[in-house]
Amino acid sequence: MSAENHSPAAPLQSIEAVDTGLSNAGYIASRPISTAIYLAHHLQKPILVEGPAGVGKTELAKSVAAWLKLPLIRMQCYEGLDESKSLYEWKYGKQLLYTQILKEKIGSVIGDADNLATALDKLHAFGDIFFSRNFLEPRPLLRALEQPGGSVLLIDEIDKSDQEFEAFLLEILSDYQVTVPEIGTVAAHTPPIVLLTSNSTRDLGDALKRRCLHLHIGFPDEKLEARIIASRVPGIDERLLKQLVSFVQQLRALDLKKLPSVSETIDWAKVMVLLHTAVLDVAIVRDTLNVLLKFEADIEAAGKQLAGLTQKAQHEAGIA
Amino acid sequence: MPSVSSLRSLLTESLETPLPAASEPLRRFLQVARGAGLRVSAAEGIDAARALDVIGYGNRAALRDTLGLVLAKTPDEKKLYHEAFDLYFRHEALTATDEAGDGEGDNDGDRESAQSPQTENASALGELLSTGDQAGLATAMEAAGREAGIQNIRFFTQKNLYVRRILVGMGLRGVENEIESLRASGTPADGDHATLLETRVKRLRESVRDFVERNMLLHARGDNEQFREELLLSARLSNIDRRDLDRMRVLVRQMAKKLAARYAKTRRRRLRGQLDVRRTLRKNMGWDGIPFVTVWKQKRIEKPRVMVLCDVSGSVAAMAQFLLMFLYALNEALSDIRSFAYSGSLIEVSETLEKEPVEQAIVKIMEAVGWGSSNYGNSFADFEDGWMDFVTNKTTIIILGDARGNHNDPRTDIMARLSQRAKRIIWLNPEYHSMWGTGDSDMARYAPFCNLLTECSTLRHLERAISGILEDAC
Repeated sequence: MSAENHSPAAPLQSIEAVDTGLSNAGYIASRPISTAIYLAHHLQKPILVEGPAGVGKTELAKSVAAWLKLPLIRMQCYEGLDESKSLYEWKYGKQLLYTQILKEKIGSVIGDADNLATALDKLHAFGDIFFSRNFLEPRPLLRALEQPGGSVLLIDEIDKSDQEFEAFLLEILSDYQVTVPEIGTVAAHTPPIVLLTSNSTRDLGDALKRRCLHLHIGFPDEKLEARIIASRVPGIDERLLKQLVSFVQQLRALDLKKLPSVSETIDWAKVMVLLHTAVLDVAIVRDTLNVLLKFEADIEAAGKQLAGLTQKAQHEAGIA
Repeated sequence: MPSVSSLRSLLTESLETPLPAASEPLRRFLQVARGAGLRVSAAEGIDAARALDVIGYGNRAALRDTLGLVLAKTPDEKKLYHEAFDLYFRHEALTATDEAGDGEGDNDGDRESAQSPQTENASALGELLSTGDQAGLATAMEAAGREAGIQNIRFFTQKNLYVRRILVGMGLRGVENEIESLRASGTPADGDHATLLETRVKRLRESVRDFVERNMLLHARGDNEQFREELLLSARLSNIDRRDLDRMRVLVRQMAKKLAARYAKTRRRRLRGQLDVRRTLRKNMGWDGIPFVTVWKQKRIEKPRVMVLCDVSGSVAAMAQFLLMFLYALNEALSDIRSFAYSGSLIEVSETLEKEPVEQAIVKIMEAVGWGSSNYGNSFADFEDGWMDFVTNKTTIIILGDARGNHNDPRTDIMARLSQRAKRIIWLNPEYHSMWGTGDSDMARYAPFCNLLTECSTLRHLERAISGILEDAC
C-alpha cells in the first residue's frame, strides 16, 4: 500500500510523526486528530470532520497539505453545486470555435471524396476530437485525482450541498475514481487524502458516513487551547495567555447563542498583543468583547458577568 | 444454480479472506457496541479490523481513538461509544488482571493451608471455593456465562434466570451435595468446613449477580432504549406518561429533523438537459446569437405555507402539544407557519411560539385558552373575522381537533369559504375512526370540505400526515 506513494509515506510512519509534522506546520492537533490523519493515509479512507464553526476543520486540511508539501485542492460546497462545477465541464466555447474553423476547412478534410460514404469514413478517421481530453475542463474533483504526486482534497461544508451531490461523491470517496461518460473511468494516480467538513446543518446520509472516518473536533481543553494560541500568536506573554484562555473557557460555560471558537480566541489574543495588554481588566475586556462574541444578545448576557469572569481568569493565571 | 449453502460459504470466504486473524476480541466488542445502541454495519466492522491491523492492540488510548473514528459517526454515537468502550475494557481488565495477577503463585500456598479434610466428595467448584481461588472462580464464571449465553440478556426480568443458569453451570449442585454430606458426617471439622463453604457460596452468588448486571449494562442498554422508543411511537399520545415526556420530545425532534432533511431541498432546481431557449438567446445577443453561454431551465420548488388551527380543549390538548412541537421543529422545511389555538374562541399564538421554547410556550397557551369546552362554530367565526384575508391559494390549513362542538352551530359555511380560498384543508382527528360522527361530533359535516381527513393519535400517524403534506408541496 505504502509502496505506491513514497512521498507521503515517510512522514506518516506513526501517530507521533503525524503529531510533530502537523505542529511544525503550525497546527496543534489533539490525539484523535493525529490518529485520524494517520489512519486516513493507511486505510486510504476519507475523513469526515464535524464540529462547531471555527475549531480548525478547514485549517487542518491546509496544514496537512503544507506539511506533506502536497497541493491543496479545495472545493467549497453550496446549494445547487453539481458535477459540471465540481468534476468536469466541456469547454463549450472552444468546441464551438473549432466547429467554426472546421466548417471552413471541411473541404480539405473531406478532400476529393465523391460520395457520402467515403466522406463519412474520412470524417470518422478524423476521430471524435470534440469529446476528448483537449476539450475537457477539469474541476476540483478531477484535478485532485489527476495530481501525479497525490494531493489533499478538501471538500468544505458538505452539509451545504444537496443530497444528490452527496450520492454523486460516493464513487470518488470509496474507489478514488470517477466516470466521465465520453472518456471512460479516470482513476487516481495516487489516492489523495480527502477531508470533508461539515457544520451539521443537516444530517448527512448513512452511505457517505459509512465510507468515511468520522472525526469530531470540539472546543479544545485549556491546555490544548493555550498551546494553539502560543503557536498561532508567537511572542505572547505567558501570563496574558493563561488569562485569555481561562476567560474564554469560562465564557463557553455560559448559555450563549454562539460560543466563541478557537479562531475567535486567536483573533482576541492578536488584539491583546496589539494593544500591549499585560493584565486583563474589565474595561479592556468590555471594549474588545465584540471580537469574541458575534451577537448583540450574547455580548449583553456576558457583559453582566464580566467582573467575575475576569477576576477568576486573573486568579487562575496567578495574578493577585 | 449454486445451492444456498455453497453461496453462503462463498460469501463468507470472500468476506473473511481480507480480514486479519486477530479479530476475536474485536468481534466481541462490536457486539457490545451494537448492544449499546451504535449502528455498526458489516463494512464498518471490516474497516475496524483493518484499522486495528495498522494500529495494533498495544496502546489503549490509540485503540480508543481509532475505533471511535471508525465506528461512531455522530456526536451522540461518540458518547455511547466511549461509555461502551470504557465499560467493556474495564470489565476485560478486571478478568485479565485476575487471571494474570493472582495466578498460580499464591494459590499453591493457599491450597495447602486450606486443604479440605474430606476430599473424596469434593466437586471442582467446592475445591475452588474452599481454597478461595478468586482467579479460578472468575474464569469459571466467565466460561459458565458464555455457556449460558449471557450476551443475549435483554431485560432485567431475566437477571435471576441467568444468575441461576451460571451458578448451575459452575457446578453449584455438586457443592450443595458436598455441604449436605459434610453436615451428615457430623464431625466438627466437617461442620466448620460446611459453614465455610456456605458463606463462600453466598458470596459467589453475589458476585455472579454482579457479573450478570454488568453484562446487562453492556449488552442490553441500546435494545431497551430502542424497545421503549418503539413503544412510544405507537402509543396513543393522550396516554403518554408524564415521565416519558422528555423522551417524547427528543423523538419528536428527531422525527422532524429527519423530515426536514428530506424536504428542505433547494428552492430552485436545475432541470438538467433542458435548454431555456429564450433566455439563452437573450444572453448571447452580444455574440450575434451564437450560443456561447447556455442557460438551463429551472424549476421552483415551493415550501408549503401552513396555518395550523389547534384545538386545545381538554380532549385534544395532549395531541396539540406534539403537533405544535413537530411543526416548529420543522421550520427549515416550511416557509411560513402561523398557528392558532382555540377551544371556546380562537387566538393567534405564532408569536408566543416563536419567542419562547416550545415547551414553555405551550404552557402559556394552555393557560390562555386551553382546557375549556370547545365551540367550533365560534372559533371558526373568530378565524374568519381576523385572518381569512391571509389565506391564499398557496396556504395549507391544518386543523387538529375531534370536531366535538358540544352541540353548537358547526358553521360549515365558514368551512366552505375556507376550502375555496385555501390550497387544501387537512383535518387531523385524534379519535378512533369509528367514533367519528357519534354523539356531538360534527366530523361528518366538516368532512366534505377537507382534502384529507385522517386519524392521528400516535407519533407515527403524525409523522405520516406531515410527511404527506411536505411531499405534496414538492
